[in-house]
Amino acid sequence: MSPRPLIRIEGLARRFPEPSGKSTLTVFEDVWFTVDPGEFVCIIGHSGCGKSTILNILAGLDRPSEGTVIVGEQAIDGPSLDRAVIFQSHALMPWLSASRNIELGISSRHRNWSSERVRAHAQKYLSLVHLDGSENKKPAQLSGGMRQRVGIARALAVEPKILLMDEPFSALDALTRGALQDEVLAIRRATEQTIFMITHDIDEAMLLADRIVLMTNGPKARIAEIVENTLPKDRQRTDLHKYPNYYPLRNHLLEFLVTRSKELAGGVGAGDPRAPVIIRPVASASTAAETAIGTSTQSSAPYRSRPAPTRVIAHANGSAVTPGADTALKRISRPT
Amino acid sequence: MSQSLALRAGMLSIALLAAFLVLWQFAVSGTGTTQQMDPEYAKLMGLTATQGKSAMPGPMDVGAKLWEHLRRPFYDNGPNDKGVGIQLAYSIARVLTGYLFAFLVAVPLGFLIGMSPLFSRALDPFIQVLKPISPLAWMPLALYTIKDSNASAIFVIFICSVWPMLINTAFGVATVRRDWLNVAKTLELGTWRTAFQVILPAAAPTILTGMRISIGIAWLVIVAAEMLVGGTGIGYFVWNEWNNLSITNVINAILLIGLVGMVLDQLMARLQRLVSYSE
Ligand SMILES: Nc1ncnc2c1ncn2[C@@H]1O[C@H](COP(=O)(O)OP(=O)(O)O)[C@@H](O)[C@H]1O
Ligand SMILES: [Mg+2]
Repeated sequence: MSPRPLIRIEGLARRFPEPSGKSTLTVFEDVWFTVDPGEFVCIIGHSGCGKSTILNILAGLDRPSEGTVIVGEQAIDGPSLDRAVIFQSHALMPWLSASRNIELGISSRHRNWSSERVRAHAQKYLSLVHLDGSENKKPAQLSGGMRQRVGIARALAVEPKILLMDEPFSALDALTRGALQDEVLAIRRATEQTIFMITHDIDEAMLLADRIVLMTNGPKARIAEIVENTLPKDRQRTDLHKYPNYYPLRNHLLEFLVTRSKELAGGVGAGDPRAPVIIRPVASASTAAETAIGTSTQSSAPYRSRPAPTRVIAHANGSAVTPGADTALKRISRPT
Repeated sequence: MSQSLALRAGMLSIALLAAFLVLWQFAVSGTGTTQQMDPEYAKLMGLTATQGKSAMPGPMDVGAKLWEHLRRPFYDNGPNDKGVGIQLAYSIARVLTGYLFAFLVAVPLGFLIGMSPLFSRALDPFIQVLKPISPLAWMPLALYTIKDSNASAIFVIFICSVWPMLINTAFGVATVRRDWLNVAKTLELGTWRTAFQVILPAAAPTILTGMRISIGIAWLVIVAAEMLVGGTGIGYFVWNEWNNLSITNVINAILLIGLVGMVLDQLMARLQRLVSYSE
């Protein structure tokens, strides 16, 4: 049995008044999905489909026009230390040192702590993101990657229930981004932190996420489907492309972003919005034998069992990227 | 490289000053007895007319007088004869008092305007009308209502220094980066900690810019205000020496006003550097 979801997003919609004032612009509507405790969920969609808006609603910084977000047992009402945000632009206070930036949240969380205790706690999280020795530096003296590390430490230091990340690495160069992805992966494996993250980088989502939520293009964006990550749980960034399910998964995501997100825009062809279709892209047995490289173990069995009837449909996508790869997609209808 | 630039600039400054002093000396020095004149009449006219000597004092005269002032800055021989140090102290005290009151009003009010669109809109018409009024135009009203010349001068300083601080504070507070406010919200900092630990430091450079403009304006205005109200202060000193026809003292006072203004500005610049941050 899957655990009780930590976050339940129910019938979420966000509408903004048009500049003319008469009508409203629906950015997204009828958005339903859940995040389990300890799960890492990524959301992918084209710019403007409302990903940041969803994350801001989750953070309590914005309010939905319709629907609710339930965390634990309670509908959220405003921001909370239990839902920490890592911003795209790090959003560190430039007049504070790295340590002081982190202390800000800690002393807010633990109002009765002495300043030494707060400082020691901040130091612990600076070490966690490998920033020992930079505690007294101002953000301007740190590189982009180091700043984002401080941002991560600031969010983790308040020991939130949920970590929310809005394209946290998109402003970084590829090398730094890779290092920080590994960092997040390691922290997440050590802490079992529940994470919800926006990205537009397919490889990032495949490396980090357990499930990937795909959104159609806005306006009136919806959730098109939810893709389960079929790569092994102990995956490594450098070995990613060696896993047999790599190309089926990658091609499925790519195809969605390139063509289907457009075709499905405006709610056309969407099924029951309360139970988005769940996709498990796996390599068929024969293909797996061809594409499996080295010693990586092939996991054709689902690592997350869902008590749902399974529908397997033949699917020929992705052949353009990996010639000969005969991909099978298992479609599982979501338990409601 | 930069050191040699500073050195060259310093030498050029000294050269320019020297050239100015020489020209000045040359322009005011006498040309000897110019014309034959009735001795009675010459006596009446004084050296100015009789020997072509300019009424303008030369740099030597001014320097000598300045030395005299600097040697005894704080003597007090009654209302019309006080050391220039005492007069400057009066002026500085008035400026700082009016400026302090302006600060106490402008910064909290600017915070309110910057944070509340309602107050921003409601107070805007008043600010727009009051801001362009010359501070000296308030003087008669101040004298009439306060009935004290010293307090009136302080009020005029208050009214002239309040606007730049108010407007800059409101602008600085209103333009604090959204991200920082969002961080404050997600960290549950609360109203007071957000105001003092996020908004104030974020807006501090803008506020300090306003404060620096204000102290400059206040120092400009105090001279004029003291000319009007009289009694004490460097502005009164200038006017008094003009009535005494002591151009030497007027020039000295001008020089000292400039130096004090520069010191005040540099102090604010130092404060500004203290609160500035680079992103
Ligand atoms: N405050 C706002 N007022 C009006 N429209 C907005 C506002 N915030 C966002 N939008 C609109 O909502 C849409 C989704 O924005 P956003 O959530 O930032 O998208 P994404 O993060 O997926 O790129 C955009 O088209 C944007 O113009
Ligand atoms: Mg966005």
